[in-house]
Amino acid sequence: MNCEETRELVGAYVDRELDLVKSLELEHHLSQCGACSKRHASLLAVRSALSTVYQTPPASLERRVMSGIRKAGKRAEMARVPRGMPWRWVGVAASVAVVLVLSWSVFRLLARPSPDEVLAREVVSNHVRSLMVDHIADVPSSDQHTVKPWFAGKLDFSPPVIDLDEQGFPLVGGRLDYVDSRAVAALVYQRRKHVINLFIWPTEESDRLGQTVTHQGYNVIHWCRADMSYWAVSDLNANELREFAELASSKYSQTP
Amino acid sequence: MFKRSEDRKGEGELDQQQREQFEARVLPHLGAAYNLARWLTRNDHDAEDVVQESYLRAYRFFGGFRGGDGRAWLLTIVRNTCYTWFQQNRPRELTASLDEAANNIESDAPSPEAELIKSADRKLITKALEELPLEFREVLVLREMEDMSYKEIAEITEIPLGTVMSRLARARKRLQQSLAPSVSGEA
Repeated sequence: MNCEETRELVGAYVDRELDLVKSLELEHHLSQCGACSKRHASLLAVRSALSTVYQTPPASLERRVMSGIRKAGKRAEMARVPRGMPWRWVGVAASVAVVLVLSWSVFRLLARPSPDEVLAREVVSNHVRSLMVDHIADVPSSDQHTVKPWFAGKLDFSPPVIDLDEQGFPLVGGRLDYVDSRAVAALVYQRRKHVINLFIWPTEESDRLGQTVTHQGYNVIHWCRADMSYWAVSDLNANELREFAELASSKYSQTP
Repeated sequence: MFKRSEDRKGEGELDQQQREQFEARVLPHLGAAYNLARWLTRNDHDAEDVVQESYLRAYRFFGGFRGGDGRAWLLTIVRNTCYTWFQQNRPRELTASLDEAANNIESDAPSPEAELIKSADRKLITKALEELPLEFREVLVLREMEDMSYKEIAEITEIPLGTVMSRLARARKRLQQSLAPSVSGEA
């Protein structure tokens, strides 16, 4: 380290703000350079000079501060608890209680998970279970014309099975599953290593495409098309899952 | 960190546990609070007023204290309270702001002898420190008397880290020259 660098860094050195390597380099330079070591000494002298003029508060200040805080605390308490209890206040208290009870019930009602949220949780657990027990498909086939007929006689509806292979979502197979207290069709698609479970059952809801939501780290997207309710679940990223949903919903609506 | 714009945040009454916390974490730093207030206001009586007001504010906003160093938190409030106090009582102190360029001191001028600085008595040191601009005084007090890190000083004074470093260097230089005036003419 040279003198110029030392001049720049010696302040940070006495303030213990230099890293070890720089500190050692600087110390080495100080041991060899008279001018820089003088500079270092005068910085330390300033520090010791300033330490002699540290101002200590008079003893009365602590009492003053303490009593000021206590007064502030008391004022706050007095504002909170009215002394005595005039009848007027009973009325006020009663109406406050009524409002509280009412808002609590409304809050309970609102806090209850929406039906969609309950379903989203259910399809996520089904998705996880299908991966865990290694029972992804009852009918392992990439051919929609094998998968669709397989459902016949097993369900009281015929789920649309569509080929999205060209779009990069090959069909892996299908199986029966149980969601929302009924038997449903589960179609299994794949994107790279990611498995997508698509649950399908009849609905009376009108057509819509929902937002992607996340449950337990899985992305879930829900849509309704042509009297069918669809729930797609995957660990695939939200964008690609949405792409899947858009492709599938547009294709399904084309096939009667 | 405490900022004026966040004054309202965390305001409220303290419960018993918070009051005990306040007494344990903030009250012990009364000395540091007074020392800073005393050097910023340069007056014993004003410093006491500022400290009292600072403690009331600290007590009110203790709900917003996120833990960490109670002393740094308190000193931030003391400094802000000082500046508010200046606005109300000595607005001229604040308008005499630091002209960073005008105070440029030759950095390669030789340092005064350490022995000469050491021979300065308390009266001379007090005068030298009080004559420094407010911005120099606060970084010197925080660094040399309260042993605050550059990062803490940057947070308390709301200036960038690099400015803390350069301001400290210039403040020290100015102080050295006041304490050992015979050398300042050299170079």
